[in-house]
Amino acid sequence: MGGLIRGSLSWAGSLTGVLLFAAFWEWGSLVYGSFLLPGPRDAIGALVELAVDDQLWSAVWATTWRAMSGFALSALLGIVFGMLAGISGTAGRVLEPVSTVLLGIPPIAWIVLALLWFGSGSMAAIYTVAVTTVPVTFAGAQMGTRTLDPRLREMADVYRVSLRMRVWDFYLPHVVSYVFPALVTALGVAWKVTVMAELFATDDGVGAGMALTRVNLDTAGAMAWILVVVALLLMAEHGLLRPLQKKMEPWRQSAKPSGAV
Amino acid sequence: MLLSFENVSLTIGTSGILADIDMTVAPGESVCLVGPSGCGKTSLLRLAAGVVEASSGTVNNRFGATGVVFQDPRLLPWHRTLENIALGLKSRGVGRRERLARARALASKVGLEDSHDCFPHELSGGMQQRVALARALAIEADILLLDEPFSALDVGLRAEGQDLVERLVVDQGMSALIVTHDLTEALRLAHRVVVVSGHPGRVVFEHCVGTPFHQRSPAWLYEQAGHLLRQEVVRKSFLFQRTSERMS
Repeated sequence: MGGLIRGSLSWAGSLTGVLLFAAFWEWGSLVYGSFLLPGPRDAIGALVELAVDDQLWSAVWATTWRAMSGFALSALLGIVFGMLAGISGTAGRVLEPVSTVLLGIPPIAWIVLALLWFGSGSMAAIYTVAVTTVPVTFAGAQMGTRTLDPRLREMADVYRVSLRMRVWDFYLPHVVSYVFPALVTALGVAWKVTVMAELFATDDGVGAGMALTRVNLDTAGAMAWILVVVALLLMAEHGLLRPLQKKMEPWRQSAKPSGAV
Repeated sequence: MLLSFENVSLTIGTSGILADIDMTVAPGESVCLVGPSGCGKTSLLRLAAGVVEASSGTVNNRFGATGVVFQDPRLLPWHRTLENIALGLKSRGVGRRERLARARALASKVGLEDSHDCFPHELSGGMQQRVALARALAIEADILLLDEPFSALDVGLRAEGQDLVERLVVDQGMSALIVTHDLTEALRLAHRVVVVSGHPGRVVFEHCVGTPFHQRSPAWLYEQAGHLLRQEVVRKSFLFQRTSERMS
């Protein structure tokens, strides 16, 4: 009962924040006029229009597919190379500067390069997403690998644990808990970069839709697309990553309050 | 099968940890290492386990499988009890079904039959240490190396752990090298008590315990401990410990 009340109170808190934001938005739209800053109602109206003529769903699908492919690629590469860099000091010294350089190159520069290398299309967007988010996942995996308890490593030595088993049973489960916050960050970046890449490189997807609203001076439409991106990001984080984390780390949450003595 | 130290020294950096260690553990023999903290007992055990190399001299471990229990349980937090027990079997390539069956049998042996599917953090300290012991036994160890395995436990759990080890040593004739700072624990579990002391650590005293295990009553243990402490070298090494503890 107490939990229920606390739960609904925290929901009410979040809702208050959202409503305050909407109220502020509405006020801004009243002050500056609906051309410069269309109100929330205009944006939702535009969104419904997009949904009705089917433009919305194909764009959402295209953008999601690109963002997730790039994200998956970066998660895979980041974890593999991050663990390598964490286990071997030499590999770490070689790979760290590479990661720093990648981190320093702005996404927009990657888009230009990707357009030159791959031409317009999905490939350019996916590549840009992967290359901009890989330093984040790399750093998470490297940190995780480095922080494995040295006492567990000694235990592995004593029981003559093979390298393969060390990676699967010692490092990976530990790294996962370090990598998840990095993955959440990378996912956010992935979505934003996908939309940006689509703006330049593709003729479908949310980014392309936004490019169209710019040409048509359709501010309400742009706002509608922004709503779409935010909704997608929230869905990916709370619908995919968080449940995945719970599933992969049962040993963290099944704490019985002092049940076994 | 034999574990032998021949004139072994260990130096880490510029500090000598151990010097001129000559010692053997014969099959079926239980040897307890006692001494003040920081005298290199744990390093001696590491040498025996083969995770550290001697700076000079030779360490020969001709026992087949060596099971180690550390001061802390060192279980994998993301594995359940049975998987933790079966860790050494998995690294030896034993199939899943068989290693879990063997782990189940061992869990019963150390009194964990109701905790097969618990994660380590759901177990008490004593239970975790028993999982670690079962893990050491799982590889069909010919010799057990125990590094103060019960020092972090309270009195009741400690006695329970000692009972377990006593059964292994007495009933099954398991060879063991046990590090402890508790003389009565050493006297209870050992055929031979070896006192290590000094900087670097040396073997300063050896005492064979002739009394059969079942005659070692608590009264006898305290009497024997008192008897040992009347020896000049033993008293010195333990008195040293007391002053250093008071200082710190």
